[in-house]
Amino acid sequence: MQLFFALLSGLLISAGIAISKMIDPLKVISFLDLSGNWDPSLALVMLGALVVYTLGFKLVLKRSAPLFSSHFKLPTKQTLDKPLLLGAAIFGVGWGLAGYCPGPAIAALPAASTGTLGFVLMMVLGWLVAAKIPLKL
Amino acid sequence: MDNFTPVSALIGGGLIGLGTLLLMATLGRIAGISGIASLAILQRDGRSWRLAFIVGLLLGPLLVSIIINDFTYSTPDLNSRTLIAGLLVGLGTAWGSGCTSGHGICGIGRFSPRSIAATLMFMATGVAVASFF
Repeated sequence: MQLFFALLSGLLISAGIAISKMIDPLKVISFLDLSGNWDPSLALVMLGALVVYTLGFKLVLKRSAPLFSSHFKLPTKQTLDKPLLLGAAIFGVGWGLAGYCPGPAIAALPAASTGTLGFVLMMVLGWLVAAKIPLKL
Repeated sequence: MDNFTPVSALIGGGLIGLGTLLLMATLGRIAGISGIASLAILQRDGRSWRLAFIVGLLLGPLLVSIIINDFTYSTPDLNSRTLIAGLLVGLGTAWGSGCTSGHGICGIGRFSPRSIAATLMFMATGVAVASFF
């Protein structure tokens, strides 16, 4: 059941990315680029996702455990640190350059575009490098 | 603002929220895409459910293209800008412990101060780069 629900979760998320057109990097750029013909759609995607998730999350956490696992696994770290902020800043630069964040880039792979494939391969390289070299500040 | 698509944005966003919620309700896991995809590669433990999630990610848009007739979307050209962007997204999401889904939705959804700060940060640099370059 874990595999089924993991697959269904990924499918719902990427169907949402597709329907909202966030799978199209030009659509994302038209939100991030304030100098052109601004498109606020991405803000409503975030709002729609947050309303559903925030309300549902409260209900889910009333249970003592998830349906098909022994416990909820939530991040415990609370403090802001430099790797978090610098990492997020670097991510944003890449996001602003291409209009891709990890979800839409992976979801667009079946379109078989060399640009999307190149982006994803370099993203994976980034994950491998960062796993070897932690950001020490 | 003639390209604003509020209805599909809200419906799509709602589906993203639903899928994210489903993973928490069933597996008790955060649906952070950068975390799931990178650990599917780097870590043996929990690889199968993470790969199943990725397969789902690949199937969603295919399903949408079957349901909606004229569903098309652009993809980037293969050039140095695209490759540098991919590398920065990989490094940044690993060092910053998350991306738009993990921080922007899951983290903000549970009012995590780290995720709120990270989201403000990547929104700010994303807007700056997209607006000036």
